[in-house]
Amino acid sequence: MTTAPTLEVRNLQTHFFTRAGVVKAVDDVSFTVRRGKVMGLVGESGSGKSVTGFSIIGLVDAPGRIAGGSILFQGRDLAKLSEEEMRDLRGNRIAMIFQDPMMTLNPVLRIDTQMIETVQAHRKVSHEAARQRARDTLGMVGIPSPDERLKAYPHQFSGGMRQRVAIAIALLHEPELIIADEPTTALDVTIQGQILAEVQKLAETTGTSLIWITHDLSVVAGLADDIAVMYAGRIVEKGTVAEVLDRPLHPYTSGLIGSVPSRNKRGEPLRQIPGMTPSLLNLPPGCAFRTRCPRAAAPCMAEPEIREILPGREARCFLPLTSAEEQAA
Amino acid sequence: MSAATAIDAGSPMVELRGISRRFEKKLDFAGRIAKRLGAPVREEVVHAVDNVDLTIRKGEVVGLVGESGCGKSTLGRMVAGILPPSDGMILRNGTDILSRDNAAAREMKLRTQMIFQDPYASLNPRMRVADIVGEAPLVHGITSRGGYESYVDEQMRRAGLDPAFKRRYPHQFSGGQRQRIGIARALAVKPDFIVCDEAVAALDVSIQAQILNLFIRLRSELDLTYLFISHDLGVVEHISDRVVIMYLGRVVEEAPSETVFAQPNHPYTQSLLASVPRIESRKRAFSVVKGEIPSPLNPPPGCHFHPRCPHAMDRCRVEKPVLREVAPGQRSACHLNDRA
Repeated sequence: MTTAPTLEVRNLQTHFFTRAGVVKAVDDVSFTVRRGKVMGLVGESGSGKSVTGFSIIGLVDAPGRIAGGSILFQGRDLAKLSEEEMRDLRGNRIAMIFQDPMMTLNPVLRIDTQMIETVQAHRKVSHEAARQRARDTLGMVGIPSPDERLKAYPHQFSGGMRQRVAIAIALLHEPELIIADEPTTALDVTIQGQILAEVQKLAETTGTSLIWITHDLSVVAGLADDIAVMYAGRIVEKGTVAEVLDRPLHPYTSGLIGSVPSRNKRGEPLRQIPGMTPSLLNLPPGCAFRTRCPRAAAPCMAEPEIREILPGREARCFLPLTSAEEQAA
Repeated sequence: MSAATAIDAGSPMVELRGISRRFEKKLDFAGRIAKRLGAPVREEVVHAVDNVDLTIRKGEVVGLVGESGCGKSTLGRMVAGILPPSDGMILRNGTDILSRDNAAAREMKLRTQMIFQDPYASLNPRMRVADIVGEAPLVHGITSRGGYESYVDEQMRRAGLDPAFKRRYPHQFSGGQRQRIGIARALAVKPDFIVCDEAVAALDVSIQAQILNLFIRLRSELDLTYLFISHDLGVVEHISDRVVIMYLGRVVEEAPSETVFAQPNHPYTQSLLASVPRIESRKRAFSVVKGEIPSPLNPPPGCHFHPRCPHAMDRCRVEKPVLREVAPGQRSACHLNDRA
């Protein structure tokens, strides 16, 4: 258990320099992804979870850029790599799966063309060997009759099958790390179940680490080992899934868990978080969650640092929920 | 049982009798010539909704669940009166809403309102909030020019919006607030029946909870009846008294909420429930329903679910199962129930 982590993100800052001001989409984010484990990165729209993913794989577009911090992957700092070195890693050692598989797929090229091209981009192999690899990977993600399906165009696949193809493309080079940005959000429940089962199997058998970005706590609960909860560009709480979901320390995590309908008695009002996510351009001073927090008090006017509150449990809060009855969400 | 009898006592608000909706793609000119020359082309017909009977009683919240392409939205649109069915009858408080030139039918349609999924697409971007909310009640004479401003204020306040923002345009609001505008617009014409089509699907978890709470509060305040269409079983379980489950245009199971979630009868319902990720689960193996949803253009014969069903028998491949009562208040369309 003392193997080096696959990825270590330290004090990452990704800022967007817009005309209206500097948007700190990711501000002082640190986390590690353990080898062969799934890290759930959870947050609501605008919390910076996707930008964190894009920062790791080096796909942040102007006016955004990494303004500080480091992303350590295999002993190298990804934040300092040149575009060429990054291209060498991307799709090879680090891959990404998007919510919309058509972000990965080209609609006018056949699947085999796209997959063979991806294989040959990083490996000097024959066309035939590349096709063989493509076929095997399609079979691995549960696509029936992969030989025939290789000759199809993306529009001939259903949504769930397209997402499987996108996952297969991500797996072509057996990367050490896959960043999955809401890959099952647009899918039906039964199809989502199938994809999650495949991903779980793959993570176990290949030793690939995963960052699973989602807004859905229920998906993370069943899939991930570790979890980091983001709010307004910052991680407010992290730890193992079992600890964070069973005994949340941060009032925001607790509120999110309470908002899940199945945690509440039928027909009763849901425990809701009042207000809405503040604009990143106009964050309240002090703790960003202060204005919506039921526990906010005088100390919250200062900016909280993320700190170890219980052994192995970190949260960004002055007044964490530490007693058992408070945590019983 | 007491809750069930209380619901039974409610008079039917909406009754669907043998409702079907087909979408046909007519052959184009080239296709017609090809057909005349003997080519095997035919008109494509999608049976979006296939012979559905459904009764919604006054004061009830009925959850309509299914995956994409099961016809739940088409059914919702027909119930709301914005899409005519191909076959069948829709009775609203006993009045046939499909008959034309009928003041009672128009009145019933007005008393049925709909709330849509996409809070961005369902509001006219060029109208101010006050007009979005106030236009319909003014046209229908529910409010007068004189009382217009205060009427709009009241509607906005009820949906949790600050009336000070009524001169703003939809793009100046967040997703959750826009959904509130949609709710205020629907309620402004004093309906007693609301069709919510995936009304919280596009919202963040914390905002979703706020909007669901608003639905629950408005239900008791205004004595509303809901048809709540959603793919999210957690949401449906929370808000509904009764749940209807559809698969490829047909109702496969219908029962009170507690029954559906505790003792699902139909194999599709069982696998659907098993696929739902639960926040209580930890690092578990996700159960898997094999196969994909078949194309509604070419549904399998017999029971539509048989290619994916773990219990399928020969009979399921040829004979369409009918919806029959398997327990008090619980109806299911599955041949397995005949064996017992």
